[in-house]
Amino acid sequence: MAIPIPPVNTPAKPARKGQDAKSTRRFALLLLSPTFLVLALVVGYPVLAGIRQSLYAQAEGLDADGFVIEGERFVGLENYTALFTGERGSAFWNAFFNTTFFTATAVVLETIIGVILALIMHQALRGRGLVRASILVPWAVPTAMSGLLWRWIFQPDGVANAILNQEILWTADGWQSKLAVIIAEVWKTSPFIGLLALAGLQMIPQDVYEAAKVDGASPWQQFRRITLPLIKPALAVAVLFRMLDTLRMFDLPFVLIGGNKDSVETLSMLAWDEANNLRYGVATAYATILFLYIALLAYAFIKIAGADVIGEARARKASVKKGAAA
Amino acid sequence: MKRVLTYLGLAGVIVFCLAPFYWMVVSAFRRPKDQFDSTPWPSPWSTENLRAVFDPDNMFVRALLNSLFVAGMTTLLTLTIAVFTAYTLARLDFRFKNAVLGLVVATSMFPGISQVVPLLKLFIDIDWINTYQAMIVPSLGFALPLAVWNLTVFFRQLPFELEQAAMTDGCSRGQAFRKIIIPLAAPGVFTTAILVFFMAWNEFIIAFSMVNEKSMQTATVAIAKFTGMRGFDQPFGTQMAAAVVVTVPLVVVVLIFQRRIVSGLTAGGVK
Repeated sequence: MAIPIPPVNTPAKPARKGQDAKSTRRFALLLLSPTFLVLALVVGYPVLAGIRQSLYAQAEGLDADGFVIEGERFVGLENYTALFTGERGSAFWNAFFNTTFFTATAVVLETIIGVILALIMHQALRGRGLVRASILVPWAVPTAMSGLLWRWIFQPDGVANAILNQEILWTADGWQSKLAVIIAEVWKTSPFIGLLALAGLQMIPQDVYEAAKVDGASPWQQFRRITLPLIKPALAVAVLFRMLDTLRMFDLPFVLIGGNKDSVETLSMLAWDEANNLRYGVATAYATILFLYIALLAYAFIKIAGADVIGEARARKASVKKGAAA
Repeated sequence: MKRVLTYLGLAGVIVFCLAPFYWMVVSAFRRPKDQFDSTPWPSPWSTENLRAVFDPDNMFVRALLNSLFVAGMTTLLTLTIAVFTAYTLARLDFRFKNAVLGLVVATSMFPGISQVVPLLKLFIDIDWINTYQAMIVPSLGFALPLAVWNLTVFFRQLPFELEQAAMTDGCSRGQAFRKIIIPLAAPGVFTTAILVFFMAWNEFIIAFSMVNEKSMQTATVAIAKFTGMRGFDQPFGTQMAAAVVVTVPLVVVVLIFQRRIVSGLTAGGVK
């Protein structure tokens, strides 16, 4: 990409203010356009094409002359209304419930464990480097690999059952498979929340705690009244991103338990399965619903928790400074 | 007493984070016939699993190269585009700036599946299935918002007075950008590149959907699809060994650049 570079040593002309703003705007548009173009093609187009596709169904059966009907036919909202009845409906609501359940439990657990990790790390005077290095390891393991790893751990004669002295069929189906997915998910992602919470903790000046101690606040009160409110902005953004990511979960349950298992099938997996069976209309209807569901939850979360997502980039001075975590 | 508790807590954190990873490494180095042992270390050590990974049937070297190419190209393309956008958002003053940033960040909440299904259909029509571009182009959808966001935060912290000074001394805006800002921004760009590369390397659903030919699979997909030599047994030993091969370089990079990565993660707040 070329930036227009005028010849060197041109003395800067005293430009009028309006002209200046206009040229800045044009320059900005020029620099922004590649990103817009790419996002429009690889994100914008699929959304719109998906919504359109969700109004069509694969043609089935024979026509009046006994020929197999090929191609697609327009069915309007049939792919959506079908969700309220029959077998397809129950598969959808099962996946919808799983998606919601995984998100709610995993994100809550991740947040609690992440904050505990951060509090412990913050207390450490020595060995912080070692802890921070090890906390990055689960984050660095690719999700599909961690799915395999936990599938191995949760084998009937694997190490989880050996430690627990049980014979649980973790990866078969049922509640234990849900639990296995949640454990694997929490292991992989609570370090991420821990790192963000730690960055928030390191921003809190020590004398706030001194003052609280003088006033006789217990450690729990200090945590409730000082620590939590002050790390809330950093935490809210972390939780939001974890929430969005868990709602679209695909590879972890897919590798850990497998496709077509009622207990762990998420909306992403269900949509993928439908697409794999060439029922693109149904698949895109599910994907569209998931997209709307995510947008709705994100909006609600931002409203309720007041997560200022772009705040840090918008503010002149970043609230979490670069050096804070170092 | 409090010190002891803190150190116990730290030990707990380390065990929580490393125990499953440790188990992966240990399982990789057992002999296949000791696979279901639960001794805390392999006895005896064996590289049999590792050699099985590189069995020509698995085409694992090819898969690694595919991963490297797809993730590398994704990173390169993303950074090239994102640098200009982030510079604009961090530096120039124009209306709707925050709206633009919000829009870019909002695209990152987009579920991969609603991108994959329509693109899959499109790529079948235009014969892109089993090509590199079918994996690289969709990956820009998640990589670009992350990169723009991270770089914008980094660029905000740059001393733009220097750029002003350079322009006063007769540099054009483009020159000031190239000669002053790019060298100063290099660390932030580098950190962002690491994060984008990680995401692209770990990508699964796109690579899994757009490719069904063994020779085009990326490493993560290839490992998940490894099949056992005999019967329906999942070859966990081989898979753990392959996972070690894929993961250990990442862990080494993480250990070397941990300060940068942590600062990148906390600045971006995006996985």
